[in-house]
Amino acid sequence: MYDAGKIIIGLVIFVVFLTFAFWMDAGKAVPPPKPKLNTPVIMKMPKAERKCVESKEFMRTEHMQLLDTWRNEALREGNTEYINTNGKMYIVSLQNTCMKCHSNKKDFCDKCHDYAGVKPYCWRCHFVKGQMKNWE
Amino acid sequence: MDVKVSLGIALGAVLAIILIAFFGAQVPGLQPIFGIFLPYAAFVIFIGGFIYRVVQWGRSPVPFRIPTTCGQQKTLPWIKQNKLECPSSTLGVIGRMFFEVFFFRSLFKHTKAEMADGNIIYSPSKWIWAGALLFHYSFLIIVIRHLRLFMVPIPGFVKGLDTLDGILQVGVPGLYLTDVLLLVALAYLFIRRLAVPKMRYISLPADYFPLVLIFCIGATGILMRYFIRVDIVSVKQLTVGLASLHPVMPKGIGVIFFIHVALVSSLFIYFPFSKLMHAGGVFLSPGRNLANTNREKMHVNPWNYPVDIHSYEDYENDFREKMKAAGIPVERE
Repeated sequence: MYDAGKIIIGLVIFVVFLTFAFWMDAGKAVPPPKPKLNTPVIMKMPKAERKCVESKEFMRTEHMQLLDTWRNEALREGNTEYINTNGKMYIVSLQNTCMKCHSNKKDFCDKCHDYAGVKPYCWRCHFVKGQMKNWE
Repeated sequence: MDVKVSLGIALGAVLAIILIAFFGAQVPGLQPIFGIFLPYAAFVIFIGGFIYRVVQWGRSPVPFRIPTTCGQQKTLPWIKQNKLECPSSTLGVIGRMFFEVFFFRSLFKHTKAEMADGNIIYSPSKWIWAGALLFHYSFLIIVIRHLRLFMVPIPGFVKGLDTLDGILQVGVPGLYLTDVLLLVALAYLFIRRLAVPKMRYISLPADYFPLVLIFCIGATGILMRYFIRVDIVSVKQLTVGLASLHPVMPKGIGVIFFIHVALVSSLFIYFPFSKLMHAGGVFLSPGRNLANTNREKMHVNPWNYPVDIHSYEDYENDFREKMKAAGIPVERE
């Protein structure tokens, strides 16, 4: 091979760049996050009533859109009532409805958000009582 | 090749990949093939194929010194050399390659030929340069951004890039600028091939296929993020599993994800065997990576071999008598 030295250096740089994630992750067993559902409010509920505003599957993939719609409805349209697919009514409020049960931002919201590298801007306005320090 | 045939082959191939992934991922038991086996195979073929191609090029001799000279070469001290367009030193070559690789300098010199009053006139045209730059940098940022799905913890530069890319904070999940720019740039590059008659004439399936393929990769990614969402935590479980070499196949990931992965894997597999190898080829272009020392130094063709010389003196020695007999004059009696 002509100019073997230069070409091999180039190829090594190329391969190291491509396999960057492999080197950094090598040998790590990373368990997926398990957001905790054991807040006092949830634990007090009877088992049958432990339900979110919508199904678990829906909330997993759509909660951000739901919250975005809620924000727009409540703040821009003044509509603070949400009827879910089962016909049950909820008050549209992140802090008073969602976080009444999910009061554990660190062990609930942040778990998956940190894992997936998502930094939602909910917390520019909203906060958890008693956790105003160390925010963001 | 007729444009309909070319387009048909390109679109048909991409559609086939989408359909295979769409139906395949819904067959119970086949998901690990699409989620684990295919990405690994594609990655190995990509790296292996890329190295193979580069080594093949490295083994090809460059018999002549052929740098493209677009400026004044180094000459008398009172004539100013254009060091970037006609480099005579390694530093100059590095400078030239830097601007070529990072800013597509040669595309910047693109001109457009037009007929005006029976004369052909050339005028500068920067659209292809702008489109290419937009496409390549958007794609690069998107690829780096994807590291957030492959790494735990996520490196700071990936997070920073993510924030910068989503700086407009439009919608939830936040709109990425590069998502839009990538599709716009690809649409331009695609329409350019169809709309300009000369481009249409020289375009082959191999020109349309990568454009359509990457467009569909972008489109499925956008669909997956903004419209038909998938559970990102399960997706990351799979991708981190791939990167840590402990692959797992979480349940409940939507079909759109498998279509996206199949398209990306196809791109990886296709890459080393296609025109996309210009990624490696740009570094190995003798027109650009050679310093113009054509006359300054002695350059010997690397495939020259020692030649047995038969001088005239030897020739005369061999045939002197016969030459004399035939009346041919000889230098020595």
